[in-house]
Order: sequence, then C-alpha cells, then structure tokens
Amino acid sequence: MVIDTQTGRQAAAAPAPAIELRGISKSFGPVQANKDISIRVEKGSIHGIIGENGAGKSTLMSILYGFYRADAGEILINGAPVDIPDSQAAIRAGIGMVFQHFKLVENFSVLENIILGAEDGALLRPSLSKARRALMDLAREYELNVDPEALIENLSVGHQQRVEILKALYRQADILILDEPTGVLTPAEADHLFRILRNLKREGKTIILITHKLREIMEITDAVSVMRRGEMISTVRTAETTPEQLAELMVGRKVLLRVQKTPAKPGATVLEVENLRVVDDKGVERLRGIDLTLRAGEILGIAGVAGNGQSELLEVLAGITTGTGSAWLNGTPLDLTGRTSDGQTRRESGVAHVPEDRHRRGLILDFAAWENVAFGYHHRPDYQKNAIFMDNAALLQDTAAKMARFDVRPPNPRLAARNFSGGNQQKIVLAREIERNPDLLLIGQPTRGVDIGAIEFIHQRIVELRDAGKAILLVSVELDEILSLSDRIAVMFDGRIMGERLPGDADERELGLLMAGMKGGPA
Amino acid sequence: MERMPKWADAFLVPLISLLIAFVISGLVILAIGENPVEAMRIMVSGAIGSSYGWGYTLYYATNFMFTGLAVAVAFHAGLFNIGGEGQATLGGLGVATVLLSFSWPHWAVALPAAAVGAALFGAAWAAIPAWLQARRGSHIVITTIMFNFIAAALLNYLLVNVMRPAGSMDPSSARFGAETVLPRLHEILGLVGIPFSRASPANISLFVALLACVAVWALIWRTRLGFQIRAFGKSEPASVYAGISPFRITMYTMLISGGLAGMMAINNVMGEANRLIMNAVEGAGFIGIAVALMGRSHPFGVCLAAILFGFLYQGGAELALWTSIPRELIVVIQALVILFTGALDNMVRLPVERAFRRFGRRSA
Repeated sequence: MVIDTQTGRQAAAAPAPAIELRGISKSFGPVQANKDISIRVEKGSIHGIIGENGAGKSTLMSILYGFYRADAGEILINGAPVDIPDSQAAIRAGIGMVFQHFKLVENFSVLENIILGAEDGALLRPSLSKARRALMDLAREYELNVDPEALIENLSVGHQQRVEILKALYRQADILILDEPTGVLTPAEADHLFRILRNLKREGKTIILITHKLREIMEITDAVSVMRRGEMISTVRTAETTPEQLAELMVGRKVLLRVQKTPAKPGATVLEVENLRVVDDKGVERLRGIDLTLRAGEILGIAGVAGNGQSELLEVLAGITTGTGSAWLNGTPLDLTGRTSDGQTRRESGVAHVPEDRHRRGLILDFAAWENVAFGYHHRPDYQKNAIFMDNAALLQDTAAKMARFDVRPPNPRLAARNFSGGNQQKIVLAREIERNPDLLLIGQPTRGVDIGAIEFIHQRIVELRDAGKAILLVSVELDEILSLSDRIAVMFDGRIMGERLPGDADERELGLLMAGMKGGPA
Repeated sequence: MERMPKWADAFLVPLISLLIAFVISGLVILAIGENPVEAMRIMVSGAIGSSYGWGYTLYYATNFMFTGLAVAVAFHAGLFNIGGEGQATLGGLGVATVLLSFSWPHWAVALPAAAVGAALFGAAWAAIPAWLQARRGSHIVITTIMFNFIAAALLNYLLVNVMRPAGSMDPSSARFGAETVLPRLHEILGLVGIPFSRASPANISLFVALLACVAVWALIWRTRLGFQIRAFGKSEPASVYAGISPFRITMYTMLISGGLAGMMAINNVMGEANRLIMNAVEGAGFIGIAVALMGRSHPFGVCLAAILFGFLYQGGAELALWTSIPRELIVVIQALVILFTGALDNMVRLPVERAFRRFGRRSA
C-alpha cells in the first residue's frame, strides 16, 4: 500500500506528527478554497496558521473538524490515517475546536455546558459530579479556573472561552484548534489565555492557533504556516522569521506595518459631547455620561473591549439611536432625541459614518456596488435626473470613478456587494463616506475582516482625511490600530471614559488596565 | 460571479417548474381514470383556442396583474401582504361609492375617478395593518389576513343593509348606469379591425393593468422611493443607518400595495358586473401571491404569470364544463403550479445552476 512506503520513509526521521495533512483539496463550485495542502504539526507544539481573509484557513480547519469533506487528500493523526466524516469523529480522534463565536448555551451552567452531548447516561447527576471532579483537576493543572455552577450568561467573554477549552479537554482532546481566540479579549485576558496554552503545551497537548495578529504568532507559536489564496505558501519556525517577512508571505508583496503620519495639527473644536447617556431597549444604560472633545485635524481613538458602549457612542452620534445629554457639531447643537434628526440629517450636517458592522449596517449585500454608493446619499441632487426619477447613469459613472480612486477590485459597479472581499467591501463604504468630504468621520472597526494589503490603504486614507483638517472619531477593539492611528486615546469601559492618554506615553499594560475597568493611577 | 445567465433565471427555471407541475397534474388525472392528453387539449382550446377563451383568460389575468403587483410591491419592502383579497373587496366599495354618488356623463371620465376611488379604499384598508406593523409591531401577515374576513363581513353588511336598492332581493348594489360601462375588448380591437368575441368580459382595464406594470417597474427600479423600498426590504438595520424611516417606508409601501389591489375593482366591479356584488373578488387576492412568487416580484414577470394563471382559471372552468373531471381538480392543478413555481423554486434552480456551471466550464 501507498501508506506503507510513505510511513516507512518518514519513520526513521522523526516521531509521527500529531497531525499530518497530505494533499488536501476542496472546492466550492468554481472556487477552490484549498489547493493541495500539506502540513505537519509536531506533537506538543503550538502551531500558528495565518493568512488573509479567504485564504482558506477556516476551510482547512473545518475539514479537520469534520464539517466539510475534502475532495482529495488524507488526514493522519499520530501517523495513522483517519477518516473524519463529522465532528463526532473528530472528537473521537482527539481533536477539540474553540470557535471564534462560542457555541455555549447561555442559560446553562458551566457544568451543564461541559457535559452537553457527552452525558454518560439518561440521568444527569452522575455525569455532573464526574464533570465537577474533572473540572477541578483541569483548573489546577492549567490555570483554567471557572466557577462550575455559574451561568454562562453571567461570565465574562474570557471565562466563556475557558469553558470552550474545558469542553474540549473534557472530551479528551489532545489536539486543540483555536480560531481567532483573542479577538474578543482584553490584553490581560489574552495574556492569561497564552499562559493556559503554554501549560497545555507543557502537558503534551498540540495546539493549532488561527489568527491574523502577527504579534501573537511571534509571541507564542513554535512554528507558523502561511496560507494565501487557498495554498500553503510556507511553513517556518517562528524563531527564524520576522513579522515583516510573514506579512510579505501573506500578502505576496512588501507591506508597511507601521502607519506613516506626521504629528497632528489640531484646529477648531468640531465635536463636543457633554454627559451623553444612552439607554438601550432593554432598559440598560449603555452610555453613562460621556464627555469628549474632538478638534479638526485630529484622530481620537476609542479603545476598549467590545461591548463597553463604543457601538452605542457611534450610533447615537450618527443619528441611528437616541440618547440624552448634549452634543455640538461646529458649535451647533446636535439633536440627540431623534425627533428632528436621523442618519439623513446628520449626513446633511457633515457627519459621515463608517459603521462597525458593514454587513448589517454599512452595506446592503444584495445591492450592486453602485446602489451601495448611493445608499444614504440617495437624496443628493446630483443623483437625481428630475423630480421623479433617479439618475442611475450618473450613479454608475460616479461609482466607477470612486472604485478606481479607492482601488476596489474587481472595478465593476454592477457587481453585488456580497461578491466583493471584506477589504473591498470596506473600501466601497469608505469611498462613499470619505468622498463626501465630511467635517466629522465616525469610523468603527475600520479594518475588521480586512486583509493586510487593504489595511495599509485604509489607514492611509484615514490619515489623509485627518491631514485635510477633518475630525475623526475612531473606534476599534484592535489596540495596535488605536495606538498607531490615534493622536489621542480615550479608553472606554462600561459606558464611561476611563481616561485619556497620548499614544506616545501610553503603555499597553496601563491601557489594558483601563480597558478592564481599573484606574491605572493618576493620569 | 454570475451563477447563471439572467434569461435562464427568469424564464428557464419557471418553465421547467411549470412542466413538472403539469406532468404531475397529468399523473393525477390519469389516476382518477381520465385522459390527461385530452384534458390538456380541452384546457388549451378552452382558454386560448378561441377569442372567447382569450377574452376570459385576459379578464382573469387583469385581476391577477393588479393583485400580483400589490403583493410584489410589498415583497420588495420585505412585507408579506396577504390582504389583497380584502383590499380588492374594499376597492369594489370605492368604485361603487364613486360611481353611485354622481351621474357620470361618460366612461372616460368615470374610469379615472373610479380608479382613484378604488385605489383610495384599497389603500385605506391596507393602511390599518401597515400602521399596526410599523408602530405596534403586530405582524402584517396576521393582520392583513384578518382584515380579509373583516372586509368580507363589512361588504356583506353594507350590501344587505345599506346599498341594496329598495325592493330588491339580491344582496348587491344598484347598477352603475349605462354611461359608466367600460368598452369591452371586442370594441377596442374592432377599432383596428380585429374581430373578437362579444361575449367575453375583458375590457379596457386590461390596458390599465399593463400600464400599472410599467408604472410599478419604474417606481421600484427608477425612483428614490423604490430605492428606499428595496433597501428597506433587504436590510432594515442598514436602512436605519442610511436615514430611511422604517415607519414611513412601511406605510408608503402598504398604501401603494393596497391601492393596486383595490384597483382590481375597475375590472371586475366596474368592467364586468357594473354593480357591486358579494364575493366579486373570487380569490384573486390570494392568486396574486402565487403570481408575485412566480413572477419573482418583477412587474413583467407578474404580467406573464398573471396571464398564465388566467389561462389556468379559464382552462380549468372549461375542463369542469366538458369532462367529468371534478372542479376541485382544477384547484389541485393550480396548487401544483403554485407549489412548484413558488415554494419549490430552489428544487429546480439548484440543478439548473449546476448544469450551467458544468456546461460553462466545459465551453470555457
């Protein structure tokens, strides 16, 4: 058999790798998501997989976890070929997966979530007490402390993630796959996660870490594989590479990782906010008295863990939701009650908004690019042919020009927004909002789900807008992004601004403390 | 990346669906011991084999165009207006009110006035569920369907107690008068020298319906309101971001939708009966849903689908008349067409898509 000759050749070299993939290919219709991918992950190592969006990382891991079947190729676990038709088989093979979006039952306790699907019999009590014992051992061994009786909905995101890891370990996983695990964590929580991962590695577990953050790859992995356009470009030892080299491998060309900008020259005050409060429809106060000032020609970065009121701040300023308090734009009061204002009137008064969630708010995915460019500005006179009809021809032309200036690919105004990559979708939104030359740009998560090449472009555009004397309010959960773009940084926690720092003298640990709600001494 | 050419999406898929529906209908006819080929022949000759048949087919098609457009417009805003039946009923009341309130000198004056009355009454009937949805969150599917029953009961009451001429035993309004009789199709076609059956009820409303198709097309794809309606239908959160008011769009859309459904009354109430009778709508409001589904909410698709359903309606009536196939079987055939062209659309679409992909790759 084929396998005999191959294993025979490799047996002499090294012990069998924990996972070996040979020639994995997978296509979805005409799109080839994985092309002939081979990779070896050594036992007891932390192996990073990086690549831009759509590079095929998730597809590859889904094949490994039994969500998809490969069209060709084979999977070997500890040197033995296995067939993984579904996730049950993956679990039996010792593979555990921690998804980016947790798969937990919110109103179940930690213990109940852990035994869910792994109950030993019809009665719950024996399984629960067995799990409780196991949980205590795991907590001791790996610093995985969670209260077994707590309800998931009452746990912080970091703790919820630990529950996911515990679920996998309880199912005897030897191989743990983590998909973008730090996206939702504070720096401190991320540090704790890395400690847990190192402990797991020390106990001989194998860990695959999927991420787009080069810093994390450098910090924790032993080896790293780079994927690009469905292909495995290269696997290198982390110690022998640099972030610049990895970025270049990912994108296929040299990339500027640092934003190039000159010091800000702040002008007149553009936005002033006083005691801004927002209560959501569940009656929870999401903004608890925000005061801030934003001047022309500067970027104010709002740092914070997702869900601490940043979204509400953007949306109330953009006229989508309502609040109380006062705000002035260029000295004119903004209506925060929604009685005389909405997204439309805000745009008229010079506020542009690039929303955090471009799929939900920023774009209509079924609409063509040109319709999305009109979107929000469809009342503008230059888009009207006469009193009745819109000027679709002018719109198409305008969109084509915008797409050319923002290097949107493919430059086809008639293509539905759905069919563009994340980066190009974001460029469509940016082109629409920036080219109206607003006085104030509200921008949320400008590079979420955007590939590295496009990040560079988007950051440059934001800085250019600042240099043109516009005020920019930037919200991002990526601390790196905040640090490199902002001229001032405000940290939000639980609906309040915990403090303001200048990027020059802000250290990440201190910002991390503020993000976690702890005042880091006198400012 | 286009999955398949537009023409295949718009014509090939519905055509295949239709064929499957007919084949299964044939099997059903075979199963009850009748000859499906003969049945098909009777349907075709009865519906489009003579100008008399065409007249009825087009008369029904006119009804279905109005109600189909009504459903289609609402679909574009993501609203499911099941209340076409009730709105068309109220449209009839609007026509009757307008025509009975004045003595009209000529149909050409009466028609626009009646159309406006029909649209206003239909729109008003749709406005209440629309407001309940937009302001109170009551689901429009539930409220519009309830309003169908209320409309029927209201009309029943009005015809029996208010509008019935003194001494009449018939629960219907007085005749609208000879001046308001709309020109029939044979008169119009006669002007250009085409002979047409004098007995069929198809009338000038057909052209109003065709005009409405063009107007709805322009509204949806060429105007700002249409842009906002489509945006709201695709994504409410994004629409709010753009400053499009969900309340306003829900109201406008349902007013237009109800108005279109109501306008059906110029065909059946003014054109055919020339008085208001009970149950004049005859289920056309519900057929409109199937028409909109099959027409994929595109006004021109609605136009074609309406003619198809007109054919089914008229052909089915002939079938019941000339064979021992029970009337109910016609409903079965119509249901199969609705099932395959509407609900099971993807069953045909996906294999066709796959075929196009395979064929496309080979030729590339």
